[in-house]
Amino acid sequence: MTPSAHAAGAAGAASAPARTPVLEARGLVKRYGRVTAIAGCDLELYPGEILAIIGDNGAGKTSLVKALCGALIPDEGEIYLDGERVQFRSPMDARRAGIETVYQNLAVAPALDIADNLFLGREERKPGVLGSVFRMLDRKHMRSEAKRHMTELGITTLQNIRQAVESLSGGQRQGVAVARAAAFGSKVLILDEPTAALGVKEGNRVLQLLRDVRDRGLPVILISHNIPHVYEVADRIHIQRLGRRATVITPQSHTMSEAVAIMTGAVEPPPPVA
Amino acid sequence: MADDAKGSVATAAEPQPLGFEERRAETPLQRLQHVLHAHPILGPLAVLLLAIIAFSLVNGRFLTAANLGLVMQQVTVIAVLALGQTLVILTAGIDLSVGAIAVFSSIIMANLATDLGMSGAASLVVGLVCGTAMGAFNGFLVTRVALPPFIVTLGTLSIFFSLNAVVSRSETVRGTDMPPLLTWTGTTFPIGDFRITYGSVIMLLLFAFFYYALGYTAWGRHVYATGDDIEAARLAGIRTGRVLFSVYVVAGLIYAIGAWILIGRLASASPNVGIEYNLNSITAVVLGGTSLFGGRGLVLGTLVGALIVGVFQNGLQLAGVDVVWQGFAIGLLVLVAVSLDQWIRKVRA
Repeated sequence: MTPSAHAAGAAGAASAPARTPVLEARGLVKRYGRVTAIAGCDLELYPGEILAIIGDNGAGKTSLVKALCGALIPDEGEIYLDGERVQFRSPMDARRAGIETVYQNLAVAPALDIADNLFLGREERKPGVLGSVFRMLDRKHMRSEAKRHMTELGITTLQNIRQAVESLSGGQRQGVAVARAAAFGSKVLILDEPTAALGVKEGNRVLQLLRDVRDRGLPVILISHNIPHVYEVADRIHIQRLGRRATVITPQSHTMSEAVAIMTGAVEPPPPVA
Repeated sequence: MADDAKGSVATAAEPQPLGFEERRAETPLQRLQHVLHAHPILGPLAVLLLAIIAFSLVNGRFLTAANLGLVMQQVTVIAVLALGQTLVILTAGIDLSVGAIAVFSSIIMANLATDLGMSGAASLVVGLVCGTAMGAFNGFLVTRVALPPFIVTLGTLSIFFSLNAVVSRSETVRGTDMPPLLTWTGTTFPIGDFRITYGSVIMLLLFAFFYYALGYTAWGRHVYATGDDIEAARLAGIRTGRVLFSVYVVAGLIYAIGAWILIGRLASASPNVGIEYNLNSITAVVLGGTSLFGGRGLVLGTLVGALIVGVFQNGLQLAGVDVVWQGFAIGLLVLVAVSLDQWIRKVRA
């Protein structure tokens, strides 16, 4: 399935210029005192693709992504969501606009169960007086919704949605975090190093989750240090270098060692292929 | 090409079980650990039942209605204070000023009524507002000034106790000098052979209310999430500062209600009681299975914890054990409870 999915991604990328990007950044700049973290960076994310962002330490990957998800406010530049200019002042702004982020440190509450975690910060109340006056949570609905989301993403072996998250393995927790983001993200899903803390097997399962999310129509931005993982799932690869986008390649256009060479500045970046 | 792409999307949309799970065989001890982890109330309940059985075997008077009613009255004030303490501990905090807030609030209520001649209702309301304000002061220092709760409440413990001494002039106000409303909480009424105070009824209503608020409202979920992992809660969009502040404010109000019940229980307002309430309230919370590390625990556990303290004190007394050994027994219980909590927290899937 993987090669054909990549073909689909490549096909999508080939016709990319005709489509509007879901998320677009133009000339983003962020300075911290005399240090320039991002220096006029561009980015396009097209519908139905996984865009990977790779880059050496200090290349500005994290700052770029933070600007996109509202965690930092860029000094210059514009961000467009579905062609409309947006300005995020907090992560909540971005989230309301449909951009969900899975943070590197997971952001799940260990002692709460899966359903509680999925709805953390946006709990649903019961209809009628019970909800409006007594502020009663609609536990039943949240649990069935949580179960539906987890099943949709193929995490069907989690039988008990009332299980505390701390009793899950690292991959399962990542699954919960991804499911939460996928359930509420209507436009874009951003993941920061989702496989960094996982073993080989669990890492592969999370990658499969990302493909499923993409195939259900939600475009994904993946930040990763793990080049083999990037090559396995990405449709296009944005290479970040010295605060700028050096180029955009695809797993088909360049090999992994070429990508690393561009990333580290060993070779001149080729013109964007996609 | 396009057909190929469509086909792949269609097949990929089928959910594929990922098999995220591998179960290992468990030893009986691990199973017990899992059960206690899933139902933290079971441990305290077992201790309470065992204590009741043991003490009733030692002394036949223990299980009489009159004695159980007495235990209930003795437990009421500590249970209320421990309820507020539970909220604070659930957020991974600790409140050392609980006794000071309660006693100072009771002194304010009593002195307003006797010195200034205010009506019972007015002094009660002002006392409740003052207790809430003291809680809010703690909350302000914890959330805005970002000091550790231990240090904050250690400081306010001293501050509130000395203000208490100033306001009360170190004098006790007799209940007979107060308006009846202030001592109403000590009035008893019979249920069968039991004699219950209105203070105990208020205590039970408070527990029912917070059982609901913590378990069935978004605020309750946010309290747990904040105590569990404050950074995760913040990233999930919870305004953790607001949640923390609300907890200290609500705790202050609960302590002030405890102050009202305290006046009824003692039939007076004395500035010199209450030092032991700090540790007793923490003891009840810990015995009730709430983790001092925050994020896990139940208010019903705290009620059971307070009952355990009451049953032990009363039972040991009836068994003719010297008073000095009561503290010894309670201390042992606390250490066992905390060790158990540590063990349960190590649970792994």
